[in-house]
Amino acid sequence: MSGNGTLRNYHAAVWDEPVVMEMGHHGRRGMVFPDIDEAVTAAVGDSESLIPEEMRRHDRPALPEMSEPEVQRHYLHLSQETLGMMGVSLFGTCTMKYNSRINELIGARPEVAETHPLQHEDTLQGTLEIIHNFDLILRELSGMDQFVFQAGGGADAAYTHVCVTRAYHQARGQLAQRNEIVTSIQAHPCNAATAAAAGFKIVTLMLDDNGYPSLDALKAAVSDRTAALLINNPDDMGIYNPDIKEWVNIVHEAGGLCFYDHANFNGVMSKLRARELGFDACMYMLHKTFGTPKAGGGPAVGAYGCTEELAEFLPCPVVTFDGETYHLDEDRPNSIGRVREFWGNVPQIVKSYSWSRAMGAEGICEAADLSVLGNNYMEKRLLEIPGITKSQPHLNKWRMEMTRYSLEKLKEDTGVTTFDVANRMVDFGIDAYWLAHEPWLVPEPFTPEAGEMYSREDLDHWVDVLARISHEAYTDPEIVKTAPHNQAIAKIKAEPLEDPEKWAMTWRAYKRKYGAGKET
Amino acid sequence: MTVRVGLIVNPIAGMGGKVGLKGTDGEATLDKARALGAEPLANTRAEAALAAASWQRGTLELLTFAGDMGETTATKAGLEPTVIGNSRAGASDAGDTAAAARAMLERDVGLILFAGGDGTARDIFQVIGQEVPVLGIPTGVKMHSAVFATGPASAGRLAAEYLRGGTAGIGLADAEIMDIDEEEQRRNRLSAKLFGYARVPFERRALQYAKAASHVSGQAKLDALGRDTAAGMEQDVLYIIGPGSTTQRLLQHLGLEGSLLGVDVVLNGKAVVRDASEADLLQALDGHEARIISGVIGGQGFLFGRGNQQISAGVIRRVGVDNLMVVAAVEKLIALPTNRLLVDTGDSDLDADLSGFMRVHTGPGETMMLAVAAA
Amino acid sequence: MTANAPTAHPYMANSVPDIKQEMLDAIGVSSVEELFEQIPDDHRLKRGLSLPKQLRSEAELRRHLVDLLSKNATCEQNLSFLGAGCWQHHVPAVCDEMVGRAEFLTNVWGSPSSDHGRNQTWFEYCSQIGELVKMDMVGMPVYSYGCAAGHAIRMASRITGRHEVLVPALSDPERLSVIRNYCEPDEMESHIAVVPVGYDAATGLLDLDDLKAKISPTTAAVYFESPSYVGLIERQGEEIAAIARANGAETIVGVDPITLGVLKAPADYGADIVVGTTQPLGVHMNCGGGVGGFIASRDEEKYVHEYNTLNISIAETERPGQFGFGLSCAHQTSYGMREKGKDWTGNSTYLWAISGAVYMALMGPEGFREAGNLIVAQAHYAAKTLGAVKGARVVFPAGFFKEFVVNFDDAGTSVEEINASLRAGGIFGGKDLSSEFPELGQSALFCVTECHTREDIDRLADALQEVLS
Repeated sequence: MSGNGTLRNYHAAVWDEPVVMEMGHHGRRGMVFPDIDEAVTAAVGDSESLIPEEMRRHDRPALPEMSEPEVQRHYLHLSQETLGMMGVSLFGTCTMKYNSRINELIGARPEVAETHPLQHEDTLQGTLEIIHNFDLILRELSGMDQFVFQAGGGADAAYTHVCVTRAYHQARGQLAQRNEIVTSIQAHPCNAATAAAAGFKIVTLMLDDNGYPSLDALKAAVSDRTAALLINNPDDMGIYNPDIKEWVNIVHEAGGLCFYDHANFNGVMSKLRARELGFDACMYMLHKTFGTPKAGGGPAVGAYGCTEELAEFLPCPVVTFDGETYHLDEDRPNSIGRVREFWGNVPQIVKSYSWSRAMGAEGICEAADLSVLGNNYMEKRLLEIPGITKSQPHLNKWRMEMTRYSLEKLKEDTGVTTFDVANRMVDFGIDAYWLAHEPWLVPEPFTPEAGEMYSREDLDHWVDVLARISHEAYTDPEIVKTAPHNQAIAKIKAEPLEDPEKWAMTWRAYKRKYGAGKET
Repeated sequence: MTVRVGLIVNPIAGMGGKVGLKGTDGEATLDKARALGAEPLANTRAEAALAAASWQRGTLELLTFAGDMGETTATKAGLEPTVIGNSRAGASDAGDTAAAARAMLERDVGLILFAGGDGTARDIFQVIGQEVPVLGIPTGVKMHSAVFATGPASAGRLAAEYLRGGTAGIGLADAEIMDIDEEEQRRNRLSAKLFGYARVPFERRALQYAKAASHVSGQAKLDALGRDTAAGMEQDVLYIIGPGSTTQRLLQHLGLEGSLLGVDVVLNGKAVVRDASEADLLQALDGHEARIISGVIGGQGFLFGRGNQQISAGVIRRVGVDNLMVVAAVEKLIALPTNRLLVDTGDSDLDADLSGFMRVHTGPGETMMLAVAAA
Repeated sequence: MTANAPTAHPYMANSVPDIKQEMLDAIGVSSVEELFEQIPDDHRLKRGLSLPKQLRSEAELRRHLVDLLSKNATCEQNLSFLGAGCWQHHVPAVCDEMVGRAEFLTNVWGSPSSDHGRNQTWFEYCSQIGELVKMDMVGMPVYSYGCAAGHAIRMASRITGRHEVLVPALSDPERLSVIRNYCEPDEMESHIAVVPVGYDAATGLLDLDDLKAKISPTTAAVYFESPSYVGLIERQGEEIAAIARANGAETIVGVDPITLGVLKAPADYGADIVVGTTQPLGVHMNCGGGVGGFIASRDEEKYVHEYNTLNISIAETERPGQFGFGLSCAHQTSYGMREKGKDWTGNSTYLWAISGAVYMALMGPEGFREAGNLIVAQAHYAAKTLGAVKGARVVFPAGFFKEFVVNFDDAGTSVEEINASLRAGGIFGGKDLSSEFPELGQSALFCVTECHTREDIDRLADALQEVLS
């Protein structure tokens, strides 16, 4: 499996596909509708007469006019110009999983796709049973007492938690006083961002030499102003905070709630539970850990679970079971209401339930084992590559399911940055890796996550590609710095993207700024 | 288009470090360093910097002084420097550095790249101010100034990319020029001064997935913090505003012109003392409840004791350690070499009181817990 | 699986004992357990998980899921008139094909070069929405219509520095609940007061006198929808926007884009920020899991810099003459700026941007016009037909798009009972409004789209006739 010169060739599809707004021909149709029934017209008259004159549209929206096969081919070409996990994608923190085809087929069935959330619950017993049973599975994984699925992603689940936190302290008459959320610089930025959007002030803890914030830092941060702690563990560097139980105690003693952002659950599933560590609530990302597709960024689900004490504040409706029938419980007077309309991305919940059943307890345990094994297997090989070091190199315990690396040395030696390397990796059909959340604590970072899906051969291939690129950086850095070379397009120029005179988020803006029909 | 760059090597910079001396300012120290077997590092580092830069051949004009002030190194790196002056016979010193900087300023260089330490940076800055951007190749043992690249090769590349122009990723930022009086330090009396802010190229870090200038927003955040803080200032409370560009924003939002490098005192929206001395501060404090609003000074992360000695132990005690508000950009805190803020007020009891954890304000409604330790 | 003959799991390539052993050997540890050394012993769960039996065989798994789901009744087998934020529109087969393409389905982040096709599709989605609403700035989709409205209100609050929004009293309680969360409780410093504006009892449109009475120099924005929650086309858009403008407030308009082939673009009657739903654009109802929202505005820095969305801009590449699509103004989102970002950015509903792009390209201007005319005609036919049933009355009889309110007070029965009877006959009646808006009595919100036929509507009328007689 040594990489030199034996890597597979790859080249992306190149279609030079025009923007759809330039395509088509006047009069072509891609979709037509039935004629209005004569009896309808006879009864209500002409459609136009039914629309108030002052609100009638007289111009035609400048949409393309295309035949159905033209549209189909255009988007097929664009799909082919998307790498999208066709090779090996070890995008750290996102836990790349197999998104099984059977789940897609099940999710597309009319019993899921053609149902309405306001149907009477008697007509949705199958869906409600799945949601309830999945809730039970997550309860067993976490020790929590109730899960809800309304949040449309991990950040939205964090938002759910800060809304629940507001309601909890409001009910105690302490919300005005408890206006601070404590988090770590290594927590996902969405924790701080959603807390701020919910009106809280943010206290961020820096890391200590051991790779996580010290207990003393936490003690200094909490007070009678503390509303909640939002924290992940292990963090994205693969470091587990062994003091976490004490953390929770300290925050609880100060009167705050503790939320476990389980973004990095893959390496600890079946190994520990949020409840036993003392947390009041936790969150799982079904589009990460539970096998539903990422879809470029949703529809996703942040499954939010909490203890009985907080359950009264959960968003409505909550799926319940009375022993015979499943219900949508709306009668929860202390509920925070909605963070999003309806009760969640139901197809994704069904798919996650399916994934959990396909894996079972033994499969979930094995997945955690394999993801941690895979990461440490890769780490050993990666650290042998010139220019690569890891974060907190003095910590010599095995990392969890991820390790954060740095290309600072490669950059100092060769001028090649982590962006350059990511751009070059796609020339080998490897999806650009995750670097690190802002702000970067580790210079020139990258963060692969092996997960349980990929084979050892895949992991070796990924490392081989990186070894090849390191070699290129030291011998012919230009090839890396000017990458990609085998993709649908070259690297885009960044400058216009931040320039109000030049950015164009729509074709309308583009035409106005660059002149009609003018290309680039 | 030809780009013109100046190269100044302080050939003796960095010699003290390996032999346990704090800097090489002054003839006597240098002799001592030589006697202890110190090797000149600056030229080696400068050569590494020049070699790493992908200069555009034929378009670069490199101006330098003769011999080991730059010519030798540039030639070794395969460049053809234009020699515009000579060092005086014997050891180079601050005067040579300043003379070179002056010659370069007169010749309209686009950037001065220098190899040296805080003293070299200060000597150049005193000549060029903010007129010419400057970038340091790190060589010296003490680097309180924030004008240095992370390594020699990075310095070379950053300089070349900046001069090439048209790169969205490179911007100019203000960076502190600081220096410690080495004579005092060797007598175990520390004295550092904030000399000013030089213009320094920096790499705007791209955001993943697309590129964005996160630094711009970091500054916007501090600006918003300044606005919030100004709006929240209490009546009849005396505010002691420390030096630096971060705290300067607050004064701007009050409609006041502060002294960038000095300490100002504000009461009820008015500047009651500008560029105050310790004695001024103690006098102004009389009979007032007070707060200190201070930035983090220099690349080493000093809170008190470097560049703001006017805010002395006596002043801090009078105000009370609970009445400090520290303001800094997140980026600055993350870049701290020891993950800690440092204090050195000259009063070890006070240093102990200040040690522990402190909330640093990084934006509106946003604080970061930082460890504080005695230097 | 039996303990002594483990079978590799189909989803996990390395679940083969000798591969695991080789990987362990390669890093020099004897068991996987050693790799968990960072976790203190007293943090560990000391027992195995108790979960339902593993169904690793796809055949077994499929059977299990199909059996469970067969307990559902669908809007295909039944005749549904439910809408209220989730609507049954035709989903073109090509939309289904594209959102099922593995490349579009499984990608995450990537780069503008490696995922060029996806980025272009996203840009085409934004561009086509832009043509429908006539705005030059369109962000990537957010979670839902209500979330879009919530973000837009917060944008307006930041732009104006004011902390109050006026909303129609006759708003969707689902969306309004989301908006209230986004506007924060009044204990929070950045709380935005949500002030309801009454409606005209006869037309259901916004009461302009009440609007004028309530608007003030502290108002950040006036928010209204067209069509409104109860389906009405708000014909006073221009006046509302003028009132807002005169008070220095932003005008935020919520729209259903499927109307915009026949209804005036919101920019043409004074909208500053336009929000709306994306679900009608080629996305199945998915039991409510098909919802998504969009935000659009003029391409002015004042607005663009307040977006919380990811924004995709066309841009040149390093190769002359070539263009690509990259993220613009990324620093203002939470990915780049942590808590001082504009609200937060995270996973959203970007797959629905793909179906939306395909849908709008298939529709073209004529498709939107045709669909709009068909829907308006059928909805009015339905209203007229139902209104003729004894005991039923259409509350706001004119000027709606696809939804309308039917009141049953004269029938002496409740919507709940009526819907139960209809359901027994395979019909899902309209959404019960009686607890949401007691002043409307026993009323239900019916939705008619291009998916219905005249026969469907007649069948509903006949069934109602029977139920109410």
